[in-house]
Amino acid sequence: MTINTLAKGGCHREQMACFRKMEKVIVAMQDPDMGMKMRNQRLLITVIPHAMTGHDIIAWLTHKYRISEEESLHLGNMLVKYGYIYPLKEPRCLVLRPDESPYRFQTPYFWTSTRWPASELDYAIYLAKKNIRKQGELMEYEKERYSLLHKRINHTWDFVVMQAREQLRASKQRRKADRIVLECQEQAYWLINRPPVRSITLYCIQLYCNSDYYKREIEACRKALGRNRVKSSICLEGFLKYSEQYLNHDPIMQGCLPSNPWISDDTAHWTMNAEIVPVPTRLRVERWSFSFMELLNDAMGRREFMTYLEKEFSAENLYFWQACEDIRHGESSKIVEKVEDIYKNFLAPGAARWVNIDSKTMDKTLEGIKRPHRFVMDDAQMHIYFLMKKDSYPRYLKSDLYKNMLAKAIVPQETKKSVFPFMRRQRHSSPSPAQTATQAAEEEGLAKGAGANSAAGSHF
Amino acid sequence: MQEERLTSSTGAEKCRRKIRAVTVLLCSLFYCEQSRETLESLKRESETLKKKLEEERNKLNDVELHQVAEKVEVLSALSIKTRRVLKGHGNKVLCMDWCKDKRRMVSSSQDGKVIVWDAFTLNKEHGVPLPCTWVLACAYAPSGCAIACGGLDNKCSVIPLSLDKNENLAAKKKSVAMHTNYVSGCSFTNSDMQLLTSSGDGTCALWDVESGQLLQSFHGHTADVLSLDLAPSETGNTFVSGGCDMKANVWDMRSGQNIQSFESHESDINCVKYYPSGDAFASASDDATCRFYDLRADREVAVYQKDSIIFGASTCDFSLSGRLLFAGYNDYAINVWDVLKGTRATILFGHENRVSRVRVSPDGTALCSASWDSTLRVSWSFSTGSNYIFVLGKQ
Repeated sequence: MTINTLAKGGCHREQMACFRKMEKVIVAMQDPDMGMKMRNQRLLITVIPHAMTGHDIIAWLTHKYRISEEESLHLGNMLVKYGYIYPLKEPRCLVLRPDESPYRFQTPYFWTSTRWPASELDYAIYLAKKNIRKQGELMEYEKERYSLLHKRINHTWDFVVMQAREQLRASKQRRKADRIVLECQEQAYWLINRPPVRSITLYCIQLYCNSDYYKREIEACRKALGRNRVKSSICLEGFLKYSEQYLNHDPIMQGCLPSNPWISDDTAHWTMNAEIVPVPTRLRVERWSFSFMELLNDAMGRREFMTYLEKEFSAENLYFWQACEDIRHGESSKIVEKVEDIYKNFLAPGAARWVNIDSKTMDKTLEGIKRPHRFVMDDAQMHIYFLMKKDSYPRYLKSDLYKNMLAKAIVPQETKKSVFPFMRRQRHSSPSPAQTATQAAEEEGLAKGAGANSAAGSHF
Repeated sequence: MQEERLTSSTGAEKCRRKIRAVTVLLCSLFYCEQSRETLESLKRESETLKKKLEEERNKLNDVELHQVAEKVEVLSALSIKTRRVLKGHGNKVLCMDWCKDKRRMVSSSQDGKVIVWDAFTLNKEHGVPLPCTWVLACAYAPSGCAIACGGLDNKCSVIPLSLDKNENLAAKKKSVAMHTNYVSGCSFTNSDMQLLTSSGDGTCALWDVESGQLLQSFHGHTADVLSLDLAPSETGNTFVSGGCDMKANVWDMRSGQNIQSFESHESDINCVKYYPSGDAFASASDDATCRFYDLRADREVAVYQKDSIIFGASTCDFSLSGRLLFAGYNDYAINVWDVLKGTRATILFGHENRVSRVRVSPDGTALCSASWDSTLRVSWSFSTGSNYIFVLGKQ
């Protein structure tokens, strides 16, 4: 569904799919064997067949689709709202009541999808009939529309009135029961398609399939055919493993400690897991072992890893990686300057933090530096990233540094149920990130730190 | 029932119209005759190749997701309740995004207003009126210092958030993205400096925020692009987009190339979202289904649908572990799917009009849903059976 109101021969594409699905439900409901049980409706002396109660509708939906009553009520309401079932007692109230209120199926002739779009001419004839039948029977909004239509299609007004009279005459010759049913059906149709309050309609543009389109499709298919694929059994296991690994970290599934701030109004959970804390939580430290990306994405994890690398005399790798990230995600205007800095600090022979890249990549990078752009460091960065991932990272996880961190990490106590359950806790506001950032920038400006600090950090 | 109707035009007018129509038809036939054959053969070739691609994809399909998931424990009953309702928009809320601080959010509405809330305290921190209505897209910057928004004005602008109450935020708005049709989605990349947008003009584009320069554009969709999402991958170089051509495309941000394409939906794709590991993504569509696509296997691996779900899904998001998929539908409900088993875990009611956006908070503690009923609702799970402090406060 799009907002594009330039309907180029557009049909109500989004709605059509829904209509067909609803029609399937309706047809199933009217199945002679498995469908709904019908009753008769008594209107004084007239008996009108094929009515059903709201309660029956809900029971049938609940049974057929194996859903809860709440959901059946919800689904049934949609069927009424879109005009497939209409209420007999209060026709203007398009709501499904779960009681003995009578409803009837709308005839397919009057389905919104059959007569799409509802025509102005038909509406004019309908209003004219109502007007002729009983003066003053039109509602306020109907009167307004009637006069508007009278102005707009004035040239066919004789035809409108003639049609209205003809139809009224023809209906007089029907049996009373049939006449009432027809009137109800028609009224229900117009209540849906010309409701008192107009809702916005959205259209979609059609796909134009010309030769260019097919040529592109063919090329895309050819490329896709040459792709390397992995067996399903391997890929799908990956999802199971991931969900299992992160299960304890998913508050919606397992809750969080000490408590979910949204439930308890206590922000301890957020404070304990802030970007930089004296002692991190155990779950957080465990997460660093899930993947190298998890470690690097966590500011504390990255800091710990840096400490480890310093000990191993390979910290320049992480500094280099950070500097490359800064280029990739930083301002376009600073690219040239940053590339020069990287060359000076990491790549030039005899550089202070010289990184060990294979000669092929080094040559390619040095060549690219002559015409610096955002992605010039990509190959070198990837090389160093995988070096750290395959070598330093696994060793870090086995190191004493990590093990100690894990050992002294906090496992927060679950907050106990309060003695006074009705006491409302104050919800404290927190400083806006925009505020902390401005303050930090000011302080940094004062201190004037140079160097390869990542500019795009988040500070929570 | 209705008798045949007469048109009001005279005989001569009808005749003239017929001649015009026939002439146009003859002309187009003349030009088309030669190219019609090629068009037909192209169409056939395209269809044959697509069938072959399906066969290739199926060759490595040795097991289904729900089969593999049989050994996984069934989810215990979920109890998710709405406990905060954010009221303040005057019209349909079309989009929202969480801030990385896990409690703030930005939302945009048909009334042209963009509001920044602290959802925890229900405080409105900023309200920016925009000249255009239907602000279809909004995003919070990773630093929390700015927001981006755009819509029917065909632009996406970035607004720095200032805490000076006297400052007119609308005046500091900077146009960054320019499309030739409405902007349907926007997202910052890993920093505040780059913005990715999707548009009704059928393209996506990457922009430099500082200069407004177009860094890369992505062509390949044949109809409006309605949604995009950035991959949480190691190399951070790809994103996925979905649109009215029923296709979901994966793009390389650096080269602008379309690297993978999936076409199994039967109607417009309204939303795409990556699985947390980055190896898969989910899509929500007007065909009332959500689907799960595996990027390494290169195929659709699950369809989330039910006979009683008739209305289109407009939005979806994963829980933190990726086990649950929350999807908002046009029948005002939110269905929660068990991603691995393919069954529906629960259904959430409450909104009084279409759900336009659902987003799980960055630390997974809460779910926010935005709706055409002009409210945003924040919900969370009570289903752990642990003892929390129960607070009966205002709702």
